[in-house]
Amino acid sequence: MYKVLRKKVLTDTGVDRVILLDIEAPLVAKKHKPGHFVMLRIDEKGERVPLTIADANPETGAVTIIAQEVGSTSKQLGRLEAGDHILDFVGPLGQAAHYPEHKHVVCIGGGLGVAPLYPEVKHLYQTGSHVTSIVGARNKDLILLESEMQEYSHEFYIATDDGSYGTKGFVTTILQELIDSNTPVDLVIAIGPIPMMKAVANLTRKYEIKTLVSLNSLMVDGTGMCGACRVTVGGETKFTCIDGPEFDGHLVDFDEQMRRLSMYKDKEKEVLIQEGCGGANGCQ
Amino acid sequence: MSVDKRARFIGREPMALLEDELRVRGFSEVALGYTEEQAISEAKRCLKCKNPKCQLGCPVNIDIKDFIALTAEGKFIEAYKKIKEKNSLPAVCGRVCPQEEQCEVECIVGLKGEPVAIGRLERFVSDYALTKEHKKIVCEVSAGKKVAVVGSGPAGLACAGELAKLCYDVTMYEAFHEPGGVLMYGIPEFRLPKGIVKEEVEFLKEAGVKIECNVIIGKTLTIDDLFEMGFEAVFLGTGAGLPYFLGLEGENLNGVYSANEFLTRVNLMRAYRFPEYKTPVYVGNHVAVIGAGNVAMDAARTARRLGATVHIIYRRSEEEMPARKEEIEHAKEEGIGFLTLANPMKVIGDEKGYVKEIVCQQMELGEPDESGRRRPQAIPGSEFTLPVDTLVVAVGQGPNPIVTQATPDLATNKWGNIIADEQTGATSIPGVYAGGDVVTGAATVIKAMGAGKIAAAGIHNYLTNK
Ligand SMILES: Cc1cc2nc3c(=O)[nH]c(=O)nc-3n(C[C@H](O)[C@H](O)[C@H](O)COP(=O)(O)OP(=O)(O)OC[C@H]3O[C@@H](n4cnc5c(N)ncnc54)[C@H](O)[C@@H]3O)c2cc1C
Ligand SMILES: Cc1cc2nc3c(=O)[nH]c(=O)nc-3n(C[C@H](O)[C@H](O)[C@H](O)COP(=O)(O)OP(=O)(O)OC[C@H]3O[C@@H](n4cnc5c(N)ncnc54)[C@H](O)[C@@H]3O)c2cc1C
Ligand code: SF4
Ligand code: FES
Repeated sequence: MYKVLRKKVLTDTGVDRVILLDIEAPLVAKKHKPGHFVMLRIDEKGERVPLTIADANPETGAVTIIAQEVGSTSKQLGRLEAGDHILDFVGPLGQAAHYPEHKHVVCIGGGLGVAPLYPEVKHLYQTGSHVTSIVGARNKDLILLESEMQEYSHEFYIATDDGSYGTKGFVTTILQELIDSNTPVDLVIAIGPIPMMKAVANLTRKYEIKTLVSLNSLMVDGTGMCGACRVTVGGETKFTCIDGPEFDGHLVDFDEQMRRLSMYKDKEKEVLIQEGCGGANGCQ
Repeated sequence: MSVDKRARFIGREPMALLEDELRVRGFSEVALGYTEEQAISEAKRCLKCKNPKCQLGCPVNIDIKDFIALTAEGKFIEAYKKIKEKNSLPAVCGRVCPQEEQCEVECIVGLKGEPVAIGRLERFVSDYALTKEHKKIVCEVSAGKKVAVVGSGPAGLACAGELAKLCYDVTMYEAFHEPGGVLMYGIPEFRLPKGIVKEEVEFLKEAGVKIECNVIIGKTLTIDDLFEMGFEAVFLGTGAGLPYFLGLEGENLNGVYSANEFLTRVNLMRAYRFPEYKTPVYVGNHVAVIGAGNVAMDAARTARRLGATVHIIYRRSEEEMPARKEEIEHAKEEGIGFLTLANPMKVIGDEKGYVKEIVCQQMELGEPDESGRRRPQAIPGSEFTLPVDTLVVAVGQGPNPIVTQATPDLATNKWGNIIADEQTGATSIPGVYAGGDVVTGAATVIKAMGAGKIAAAGIHNYLTNK
């Protein structure tokens, strides 16, 4: 059993929320590197779901996860409070991100993608890269970890779809401006919804700027055993959980990923309806 | 007791089976086992040979003749203990071992008639004992040395059991949330009830083996960490958990599963009880399974129970099918169709990206290849399509690479299997032993157990002389 040490609601739109939990998992905390994720199962009947490790403290043994309440499991996660327990929590999984000597890195986080991006930003900043961060969201209320991101970024930009905060437009609008201003960019890391990562990759491809994206495939085990997380990268089948979750954005078949993610849409609705959480605000 | 010489001429005791209609409506065990009377009568068919060949055919060398003799006398607990001396998971092995190609194929009675039903007898006495008796391993003097066992499949369970008998302080690490390996996540309930696997795991716990689930060696802890934590030897029984695909066009369409994913969703995560259990599985009306090993039969029979019509697609003929005969028969009884000599060529999806049909080519058998099996050759112009909404690929699996990636000093062969000495289980790293599917590639429960036992002896020898 893994204890919930702390809980915080990061954003709340009234429809869904983004919550942060610190989970007591000393072995995972000790081994964590940016890019890693965990698989957790809340209780006996629960699904195993992957979540990025947003932060970890080897001293206290706390592992921070940030989740958006989208479906049954994440909503159940959102109902946990400090002192509650999670049945299974395993990790750290995936390949740790590694950046051979990059001078100027542009880190782009879309929506919830900021959570997995944050440990990478922190790491890059602390190891001497020049970090430019671009954070995008639908509106002002959905911006996550703003002050944390700012603390570890040399330059920091915000884009909102509705213009309620920062620049009106998409993260790619700002990235295009950066490129046009002739600031040389050595590496782009983009994490967020697939359409966003695809748009960033399409833009940087034109300028031949190396771009890493992080895929949130459906997973069952997270250890390379089931193949649920397959993705086509450069024409080859890779497993997101052991080969990724970060891949070269110019080689990823994003359309296939988007399609595979929708695989259980109807089934997931079934669970929510059964639990009486079908509509907005359900289960809270 | 005298030997019944006529026994060899009468057939073996039949085992009761669940009715076909009941089978496909649930996950209850199909084979129902012997009654006491049947077991005694079957055991009496044994000739008590002077040089029992059956024993030589058994990978863990069970004293088959002796356990059968005790069974014939109705001394079921004693018979169970006799098996337990050599085999720590008899209730499992009695159900899933390919006896027809191990002990039973050697049985003398089989020369003139049907061989003694050794597997069914093993199953009977284990089930009998599990309800009556739980023998505890109690150590008088602890060997006091710590050994880590990685992976809780048959190899790990057998190794941990042997080491516990030798009074080592054993901790078993398992990546999943439940111990048992393939016995838990792969082989379905209707063939191996999970309660039986849990009993066997309980038995180890009572013997003092500590089990830590949710720990992945190579990720959560490395082998070096284990040595730093005071373990003096490590056994790696991490299995063959990396699913192979065929590289077919369309293989990543929605609705195409590896057998591992399909079976794990259903068995370990109980997707057949969705939405009470939260893990979904998508099974349409027409399922095809590619392959014809035990894994393929399990996937096909599982899909059948989830309400689909099912076809097995196999590129050779039924004779070459690697699955146990019994499983093939059961699959047929349950209405599963067999498309033999059919080679899958590509998978076609609908406009939403879900699999819609599979294109195959008819084959014929030519000359034998290196494996000794006749090589299938395509018949030109024989393409046909089969409409399917779920496709399960069950064409084998390789060793899971997590441990080897994290341990560069650990020598592997070109397929990524760990190289281990056949006599001791020793690997290229002193104090690190390995066995089971991760060494041999996908094999059998009993072979993995045999390797676990050999490694336990190797470890004991190593630690005694250290
Ligand atoms: C390596 C990795 C890291 C991840 N990190 C995070 C993280 O830090 N925070 C976080 O909130 N989520 C993260 N995810 C996604 C997270 O695993 C899923 O959102 C979660 O499984 C949803 O579970 P659920 O039961 O709440 O929703 P479900 O009931 O499973 O799904 C609800 C809805 O979300 C969609 N959906 C399901 N899974 C995904 C997915 N993987 N991506 C996008 N949409 C999905 C479904 O299509 C459905 O419409 C990560 C995924 C991966 C693979
Ligand atoms: C569907 C199916 C049906 C089968 N049917 C039969 C049959 O009828 N008869 C028969 O004899 N054989 C059968 N087999 C084969 C048999 O199950 C295997 O040969 C046997 O289980 C191998 O045992 P093992 O201990 O080597 O590995 P496994 O049973 O694979 O166990 C390995 C364990 O190690 C864990 N693990 C892996 N990596 C790590 C890590 N890094 N850290 C911690 N833990 C880890 C895994 O989670 C797993 O629990 C079948 C196999 C399958 C898949
Ligand atoms: S070979 Fe057959 S008859 Fe002879 S001892 Fe073994 S089981 Fe009995
Ligand atoms: S999640 Fe099973 S192989 Fe990646």
